[in-house]
Amino acid sequence: MSWRRYLRRAKWDRERHEEIESYVQIETDANIARGMPLEEARHAARKKFGNPTLIREEIYRMNTIGFLDSLGRDLRYALRTLRHNPMFTLIAVLTLAIGIGANTAIFSVVNGVLIKPLPYPHSDALVGVWHSAVLQGAPFSNLNLSSEMYATYLDHNQTFLEFGAWSNGAASITGMGDPEQVRTLAVTQGVLPALGVQAALGRWFSQDDDTPGTPETVVLTYGYWQRRFGGDKAVIGRAITVDLRPREVIGVMPKSFRFLNVAPDVILPLRFERSRLSPDDFSFQGIARLKPGVTLAQANADVARMLPIWTRTYGLSPKLLEVSKMGPALRPLKQDVVGDVGKVLWVLMGTIGIVLLIACANVANLMLMRAEGRQQELAIRAALGAGWGRIARELFVESITLGVLGGALGLGIAYGGLRLLVSMSPANLPRLPEISIDLLVMTFTVAVSLLSGLLFGIIPVIKYAGPQIATALRGGGRSLSQSRERHRSQNMLVVVQVALALVLLVGSGLMIRSFQALRNVQPGFTRPEQIQTVRISIPEVQVAEPERVTRMQNEILDKIAAIPGVASAAFASALPMEVDFRNVNAVSAEGKNEEERLPPIRRSKFVSPGLFKTQGTPIIAGRDFTWTEIYGDQRVAVISENMAHETWGEPSAALGKRIRVGTAAPWYQIIGVVGDVYEDGVHQKAPGCVYWPAGTRSIVFAIRSDRTGTESFLNQIREAVWAVNANLPLAQVRTLGEVYNQSMARTSFTLVMLAIAGAMALVLGIIGIYGVLSYAVSQRRREIGIRLALGAQPGELKRMFVRHGLVLAGIGVAIGLGAAAALTRLMSSLLFGIKPVDPLTYAAGALILGLAAVLASYLPARRASAVDPVEALKAE
Amino acid sequence: MPSRKSPLQSEMVQGTLDMLILQTLVLGPAHGHTIAHAIERGSEEVLQIEHGSLYPALHRVEERGWIASFWGTSENNRKAKYYRLTPAGRKQLIAQTTRWEQVVRAIGRILKPVSE
Repeated sequence: MSWRRYLRRAKWDRERHEEIESYVQIETDANIARGMPLEEARHAARKKFGNPTLIREEIYRMNTIGFLDSLGRDLRYALRTLRHNPMFTLIAVLTLAIGIGANTAIFSVVNGVLIKPLPYPHSDALVGVWHSAVLQGAPFSNLNLSSEMYATYLDHNQTFLEFGAWSNGAASITGMGDPEQVRTLAVTQGVLPALGVQAALGRWFSQDDDTPGTPETVVLTYGYWQRRFGGDKAVIGRAITVDLRPREVIGVMPKSFRFLNVAPDVILPLRFERSRLSPDDFSFQGIARLKPGVTLAQANADVARMLPIWTRTYGLSPKLLEVSKMGPALRPLKQDVVGDVGKVLWVLMGTIGIVLLIACANVANLMLMRAEGRQQELAIRAALGAGWGRIARELFVESITLGVLGGALGLGIAYGGLRLLVSMSPANLPRLPEISIDLLVMTFTVAVSLLSGLLFGIIPVIKYAGPQIATALRGGGRSLSQSRERHRSQNMLVVVQVALALVLLVGSGLMIRSFQALRNVQPGFTRPEQIQTVRISIPEVQVAEPERVTRMQNEILDKIAAIPGVASAAFASALPMEVDFRNVNAVSAEGKNEEERLPPIRRSKFVSPGLFKTQGTPIIAGRDFTWTEIYGDQRVAVISENMAHETWGEPSAALGKRIRVGTAAPWYQIIGVVGDVYEDGVHQKAPGCVYWPAGTRSIVFAIRSDRTGTESFLNQIREAVWAVNANLPLAQVRTLGEVYNQSMARTSFTLVMLAIAGAMALVLGIIGIYGVLSYAVSQRRREIGIRLALGAQPGELKRMFVRHGLVLAGIGVAIGLGAAAALTRLMSSLLFGIKPVDPLTYAAGALILGLAAVLASYLPARRASAVDPVEALKAE
Repeated sequence: MPSRKSPLQSEMVQGTLDMLILQTLVLGPAHGHTIAHAIERGSEEVLQIEHGSLYPALHRVEERGWIASFWGTSENNRKAKYYRLTPAGRKQLIAQTTRWEQVVRAIGRILKPVSE
């Protein structure tokens, strides 16, 4: 028996037919030659041959693979049955399509984000080089590299194949039309070789580009090259003006190039002057490719070995490492890209999986009802000799066909859903635009379709293809009422559905409560949607003296403040929650920090007078800066309330005390204490923060007005800036409200997704209850008719069915509450200000489901009470 | 389902029929009609069979690679499918004939012991 023969048997059969005809012809000829008349000759020839159909069938059967052949027949039969029940098929396929589609969509996100987040060769060997330390008594594992550490590791490491440092920022590009602010990535030469990526055009940075004093260079990303140069290959060797300094374009990156979660326009070489490395700027991120065979633990040990070399080489106190408990904290680069979004995605995947389970339960219920209607047919077939396996297979083929149809449609839904998701661009999901339905996702969809087909197919099979099927014949079609036995599977399915739906409702309820809790946190600023932000940067080449820079900034500020509708305005090096412009320093307090200790890490900001008032940050003690202090270069500072508490116990006690950056910089006197600002988002502790007098070249204006976001307002701001300096590009034109919402994006994204899943579960659950009760009513028409005929009150009947529905829902809710208590624990890390077991949420979830159950039971119940006894009894 | 089996389908006869087909084709290519009549004649009309039963056997033997087929024209100008012996078939025929003769000799010795 072979496939080739199996597939070609139709052609072979035709050939046999010809061959048989040929025999008959020849035999007829021979008979005629013996003197028979034509008719008789042909008849004799046929007789001699025997039955041609039987012969052909015999040969055909020799070429048949029996299993496949009957499978094909079952499939055709299944399709025909499905076509003849369009309503059933439509509902089942749609239910499955939604379930499978949602799973496919979320899985493609999981696939893109969690399974293959690093588009680099052998990405397993890539690590992010971080350090851990104990700062202010709290363990901290996100300590970056300092330039000195970079130099040490570059020279002394034994486990890195490649090693580099990088940081990202912004720069202005001028000389080509309107000035433009671009995102920059500054890297040392080792970064790209570590990733294993080549420049698409030209070359990558060499040792020379990293060395100060050589000609300045720049590499363009594909997108920027296309946008500004139209993909012109002659761009290599041209000079572009970055921050008013000419740089030669030496290369263009390939289109597929991505750098972790940074989307730069241009890439600049990161230059460290060996003689002028700074000890306390832990502001570079390290990236390394481990040598083959080196484990993370070995690499960590290597870094631990190099840390003392670092302190020795740069004359730092040897006790520094001991006191700050500084150690290596290398981690897979994948973790740096994915961050903690993984938790969200797995919770979503689980949630959507539950939705699919509920959908399967619904379809299983439909199948059960149909199988029940076909019980007679199945029983007769069993009685006529169809084996258990034969009937089981037929039912399975039908359910798997449904599963596959649902999956095919689901794939379309997933495609649409994914487009929607990408356009929503939620929660800083990394690499979102690259998420697509690839081979793995397709395989997943097919597997899920088949599995769900098996899952909802198995219940009717167990029930109706079992050995006891013949007993169904005895019962006949005229049983008056349905026995408890016959309803048990359906009831169980409904209970399961209700329980699962409750789990999802509780889950989305918890997210809603978390979101409310986040919203209720006073973030340290007020009405952020009223604060317009605009960032400018005045390059050194344009204005050399720092004081003139500040005067220019002040001048622009005055012009902005004069715009009609502006309540107040100020500027700072960074506004609250501007993650990209985070600046940290080790800040020591006079008399509070021992000499040896690494001073606590604080956020640093450089602010103009009036910022606190504009932002809405309360001044707890002391006062704001004055312009005199800023122009006079006076060494004064304002600190946050929590830092004051921590160091001096009392905000007012901090006034007049002195602080400084590191252990050698000049002292600054504290003149004010202001309210805490939740810099890392309201779900994280507000960090201690030091506000220094303004003096940075890159600043962001905070403009409080109720005209934010309007085109006319933005135009006026632009005019105000350009009236002072026409060469300045405007960046980060947004409201602080957007920044604030972005900080909660992960929670709101999870909330939306869980709410969608919860709503789907609720609807499916209601359909489940409704379906089972409607079916029960239709099956029990006779019984209802008799009851009515004997004097039962319609109201009593109605209550009977509603009670049935409520009992099912009640059991489901009870089980669901238990399951929710167990399962929501898994999402506790996504919650804020609320425990996974929150009585209010659980009660609300149960109540909503209960109400839905009443509604879903009432409709069929009303139909039951409307049964006309005469009609019902005549019907059968 | 018990399947209906023609006498020619039993294991023993099947092997025999295969051998007869091979034997017939030793003389040269022939079409089904010729083979059927040759077998009938060769058995001195003992094997009175429906000629159609030959065709499944032809199909089976061809599948095993012992014979090959081609379309040709019969003596009186009818289109007909011809079969010829393949080298594998020739080898098979020799092997089977030898075995057959051994069996026949063995049976013969049992039935007619050599008299002393």
